[in-house]
Amino acid sequence: MSLPRTEIPAPLGLLAELTHRCPLHCPYCSNPVELERRSGELDTGTWTRVLSEAAALGVLQVHLSGGEPTARRDLEEIVAHCADVGLYSNLITAGVNLSRERLAALADAGLDHVQLSIQGPEAATNDLVAGLTGAFDQKMALAGHVRDLGLPLTVNSVIHRHNIDQVQQVIELALRLGAHRLEIAHAQYYGWALRNRAALMPRRAQVEAAMATLEAARSELKGRLVIDAVVPDYYASLPKPCMGGWGLRSLNVTPAGKVLPCHAAETIPGLSFETVRDRPLAEIWYEGAAFQAFRGTDWMAEPCRSCERREVDWGGCRCQALAIAGDAGKTDPACHKSPHHAELLALAEADSDRAPADFAYRGFATAKADA
Amino acid sequence: MTAAPALTEQSVPHLPKGVRLRYDEARGQWLLMGPERLFKLDAIGVEILRRCDGDRDLSVLVAELAESFQADPATVERDVRAFLTEFVTRGMVKLA
Repeated sequence: MSLPRTEIPAPLGLLAELTHRCPLHCPYCSNPVELERRSGELDTGTWTRVLSEAAALGVLQVHLSGGEPTARRDLEEIVAHCADVGLYSNLITAGVNLSRERLAALADAGLDHVQLSIQGPEAATNDLVAGLTGAFDQKMALAGHVRDLGLPLTVNSVIHRHNIDQVQQVIELALRLGAHRLEIAHAQYYGWALRNRAALMPRRAQVEAAMATLEAARSELKGRLVIDAVVPDYYASLPKPCMGGWGLRSLNVTPAGKVLPCHAAETIPGLSFETVRDRPLAEIWYEGAAFQAFRGTDWMAEPCRSCERREVDWGGCRCQALAIAGDAGKTDPACHKSPHHAELLALAEADSDRAPADFAYRGFATAKADA
Repeated sequence: MTAAPALTEQSVPHLPKGVRLRYDEARGQWLLMGPERLFKLDAIGVEILRRCDGDRDLSVLVAELAESFQADPATVERDVRAFLTEFVTRGMVKLA
């Protein structure tokens, strides 16, 4: 059973992964372990067609991401096209190798917003996690250019064992950089991060201290800095409505043009994904088998099926259900009702108790030897 | 503590870079869009925000709305202040 087309809402957001190329090597990267090479990337004309189709479908905001989206030489054209078709454009960048002149050109093309990642609030942590010496200094310079050009800035930081005790410094840095918004995201343990879980998992006490710091700052800084932070799944008792519900709010287009309900959906075996090279975006959204697989509530088994929160959290994350419970159709183990909930917590506690492991840095060479 | 925006009769509200007012054809509604933020607007909200052009000050804005809606200026001013204070706090409207 799948939802009839009339009951499927139009998507609000599109994550456009323009490329998997990136100068950083963060060990929790949300890109798949099998990275797409440049030769497999969509060309400019295909991207602009996809963006037109997205706008017609009802998408309002486009997140230009990667990899590092500025690695695409045609980014100005892509941004200009977003503006032409009325899409709000958000550049998600590592802030490395992006000159003031190029940023100004992107702003002239109609860029609405910049989201800058930092891997730590000072050079030592940042550059260790990013796997690139000098990255922090380049990010600081870029933040200055963003401010000078009058573009709104979000600072984004992925939090884990190596920087979780520095959350207060991250907040202070965001304020110093003139950010309007700070996004604190705990590492999500699929793909690269799953491979590095033992090196990344924080202790429960660290998570609780960080959440308290963020909560205090959120009320103190109201009106100055918007702080968005989410409780990490491993120490949660209720699952998050992953993607706002599978196939209900947003979609993701990979560098090669595959259309996914979430960026990690390719980790789920048995799902097949269509590409924008073969089929219009709207048809894939409304009819694609991967989108219909976990859309709505008909796919659910117990305890989700009769749960009063089934249309609040939509069963949580399918990829995490697969990773921990062994079946993408089961309840997200982050939920206290899942029979695998205790196992999830035990995994986190065991990993966070280990001596810190070395990172398996993200990269083409790590995934495949034929670089 | 909330940093209350200083909204006076001479305040000139405008939408900063990165905030856009637009009509959403697909859903038939007006929206105020910002970074990871989306607000659905009613007809009055749209009329207020359309006038946040960096030109009109609060007193002009209130007078125009009272005129076009044939409403009591004091009531309009109270509503507009509450509306703008909310959006200024959220960083979606700036004051000059």
